[in-house]
Amino acid sequence: MSASDSIWLALLLPLLGAVGILLAGRIGPNLRESVTLVTAGALAWNVWGLIPALMAGERPEFTLLQVVPGIEIAFKIEPLGMLFAALASGLWIVNSIYSIGYMRGNNEKNQTRFYIFFALSLAATMGIAFASNLFTLFLFYEALTLSTYPLVAHKGDRDTVNSARVYLGILLTTSIGLLLPAIIWTYLAAGGGEFTAGGILEGKVEGPALGLLLGMFVFGIGKAAVMPVHRWLPAAMVAPTPVSALLHAVAVVKAGVFSVTKIIIYIFGVEHLFSTPSSAWLLYAAAFTIVVASLVALRQQNLKRLLAYSTVAQLSYVVLAAAVLKPLAEIGASIHIVAHAFGKITLFFAAGAIYVASKKTELSQLAGIGRRMPWTMTAFTIGALSMIGVPPTGGFVSKWYILAGAFESDNYVAIFTIIASTVLNAAYFLPIIFAAWFGKEAMDGGKEHGEAPWPAVLALTFTAALTILFFLFNGPVIELERQLLGAVS
Amino acid sequence: MTALQAHLPALQVVVPMLSAPLAMLLREHRLSWALATAASLCAFAIAISLTLSVIDTGGMRYLMGSWPAPFGIELGVDAMSALLLLIVTGASSLALIAGASSLDREIEVERQPLFYAAWLLALAGLCGILVTADAFNIFVFMEISALASYVLVAGGPDRRALPAVFKYLVMGTIGATFYLIGVGLIYLMTGTLNLDDIVYRIGEVAEVKPILIAAGFISVGLALKAAIFPLHVWLPNAYTFAPHVVTVFLAACSTKVALYVLLRFNFVVFKPYLEDHDLKFAIFLLPLSLLAILVGSAVAMFESNLKRMLAWSSVAQIGYITLGASLVSVAGLTASLLHIFNHALAKSALFLALACLAISVSKLRIENIGGIAKRMPWTMAAFLLAGLSLIGVPGTAGFVSKWYLITATFDSGPLGILLVAVIVVSSLMAVVYIWRVVECAYFRETDEAQSAREAPLMLLLPTWAAVLLNFYFGLFPGVPLELSSSAATLLLGQTP
Repeated sequence: MSASDSIWLALLLPLLGAVGILLAGRIGPNLRESVTLVTAGALAWNVWGLIPALMAGERPEFTLLQVVPGIEIAFKIEPLGMLFAALASGLWIVNSIYSIGYMRGNNEKNQTRFYIFFALSLAATMGIAFASNLFTLFLFYEALTLSTYPLVAHKGDRDTVNSARVYLGILLTTSIGLLLPAIIWTYLAAGGGEFTAGGILEGKVEGPALGLLLGMFVFGIGKAAVMPVHRWLPAAMVAPTPVSALLHAVAVVKAGVFSVTKIIIYIFGVEHLFSTPSSAWLLYAAAFTIVVASLVALRQQNLKRLLAYSTVAQLSYVVLAAAVLKPLAEIGASIHIVAHAFGKITLFFAAGAIYVASKKTELSQLAGIGRRMPWTMTAFTIGALSMIGVPPTGGFVSKWYILAGAFESDNYVAIFTIIASTVLNAAYFLPIIFAAWFGKEAMDGGKEHGEAPWPAVLALTFTAALTILFFLFNGPVIELERQLLGAVS
Repeated sequence: MTALQAHLPALQVVVPMLSAPLAMLLREHRLSWALATAASLCAFAIAISLTLSVIDTGGMRYLMGSWPAPFGIELGVDAMSALLLLIVTGASSLALIAGASSLDREIEVERQPLFYAAWLLALAGLCGILVTADAFNIFVFMEISALASYVLVAGGPDRRALPAVFKYLVMGTIGATFYLIGVGLIYLMTGTLNLDDIVYRIGEVAEVKPILIAAGFISVGLALKAAIFPLHVWLPNAYTFAPHVVTVFLAACSTKVALYVLLRFNFVVFKPYLEDHDLKFAIFLLPLSLLAILVGSAVAMFESNLKRMLAWSSVAQIGYITLGASLVSVAGLTASLLHIFNHALAKSALFLALACLAISVSKLRIENIGGIAKRMPWTMAAFLLAGLSLIGVPGTAGFVSKWYLITATFDSGPLGILLVAVIVVSSLMAVVYIWRVVECAYFRETDEAQSAREAPLMLLLPTWAAVLLNFYFGLFPGVPLELSSSAATLLLGQTP
């Protein structure tokens, strides 16, 4: 099987999985979940199998079809997309195990629908990761928005549907309103939208127009949640926690920052942007988002909403790193996609586990919960430390690279933002951790409970371990992303 | 075979027209349905065959009774008419197939043969407009199709159809009369009715003022027929109260055919020898298009009758089509013609889905379909997917034409940015009015939905055929795109 076969398999496997889940759902839940797990395993095996070829310098390609001359649905694997695909497909396995514990522990309805759309959204994610031109990227970007809508609206009551409406509304408004015109502008100006090392806009779009186009891309990609288009993310927290964990900490939001990074590197060209003053605003927009989202997170009382605002801030780390426009910072951006994914999925898993075991959702209820759920809260602590960026967690590695890139260009805005944000992160995570371990449990009729169902605990322990392991063994990832340097300079 | 091939332009009209009296004479409604469907499918096959030969050879001419051109009546099929013929015959066939199970609820069995006869006459008239190359002939066929469609619209059980159809009749007649006055003036000045001939004779006319007046009468008359804003007022009620499959047929065809004549007259006939005609045409059409897009979409957002909502959306979509035309560029006209095709696909699928819904829901209002997706999953899935095409989500036919339209507007200078903004805003409004229905059907609960049953297979099949075509032509837009772009170059008189 050649590498380009793996590309269409990566798209086809989740689709086949969705059909399989539909059929197996009529027989029984155990068979249905087996189909999910087998599909997730096969997808990860298939995607991860591409890594050696990529490390050897190959760039496998696959053209699905040509819509009209010049516009085709085509895929090409490069380091950034590979990392994103490997991350999403790998964590899908863990998340599926967690979902089994969560969905059954919570007696959720319509579980078959849930697993089907989960598989579909993974197919869309693979399409985004491997897209070789802007048109293909946009196609799967919209597919991801639409396939996650039923997951966000899963509960189906009035509040949930209203929040899901905000979710869909903001994502579609930004993508149709800004991203699509930006893409068409690019196609007209550059004569195509192929992702090319060094960018395609040099000499085609210059001066203030370049800054405007960059703005249309960054705010058009609503999934990157740069303020003020971040509101869909807190709204999406009405979804079941596995959705928040895999989609709104990894697949969907990372699809956003991944697209921004990829467009900066392969469409604009880092050096072209660096030499154009009108693009400098992006750094400030990202810095503003980081600081303000952290301040908002500080005031949240609901655990999942706090995590949502923390995600908004952390996503802008990636945008900020990409906007520093230095090779080391671009590597930092890609590594932060991974590091934040491990940490944040752990935090969401923990929040979901707490909800399943105790139905608690507010920060004030969490006092003393560490003694009832030691595994969960240990994992939560590790995740939170990674968000702050304390060694030995993954968050430290990416922060190191981003700071290194910022120093390389004496970018004090970026440096001070990262420092300020570290302080703010500590300010909202440490009190929770402290209260959970050392606080006194309020006895207001709360029921006796222990840990959540074992699949959930297994999953969150595993991702917490990954968070620490990423600090120790990040070599291969950095090796892979160093190949970006070729594309950057 | 080749002998038959040469007569296809004539047969395109003759087949449905001669089937009409037969359908009436067959007193058994099933038989006349079968005949009408067979005739419509036959017309569809002829249209496909014509399209293939147009792609091969670039066009076909046919002399009625072998009389030479300016004296006898000439028929002609080129890329533009081929595209429209595909839409008209295809939509008619799909709607008739769906009609087998849908019409029995709306029209008494004994009146059905008459109804099918009227349908075939309407089809013959629309095909006639598309194949003929004679200005007066167009008027005759326009009246045939219009009179027949008044009957079709009035056929439904809802008594409110009668005032709606009366309005439609009055406005349609005014439009046709305006057109006739224009043609009369042209005949007076040039002494010919053959379209190709008129083009050259206009160049020889010393006094152009009557020609200009004729152009005004013809354009306004056709704008009435095509429901171009603000002459669209007959459209929402006519679509709403017509029997459901008639709406499918009309929405896909009747306004589109009027637009075809409008474009043909203004670009092929008037543009070559009238000074600045294209500019005047654009100035007349552009603001109206923008208003149509915005007003149509805005009203659709607040309309709770589903059929009327889609009808208002049609007003907006006609605005897209005229917007593309008013850019007066190959790219703009390509986008415009492609959107005629793609919008017909999306709207037929949507109206077919509503016909499915109507089997179980007494009133097609948004309050009455709460939670119906559980009972009618196939119907609502079809509505949702066709809705995505209407919005213009990538991968659907609607996206392809929107892409071309935005590309064309970007090309048209600084004004382009404003136009892009209008298109974008209206797309977002489309999200709102489609999603309102989707949300209600999937997440609300009403009593009526509990007793609903999935629509019969004979209805679901054409609906899903239309839905799948939306995706097929979203991924492989080759044929309609090729036809549209060669039609656009034809209209602008350039060789590609």
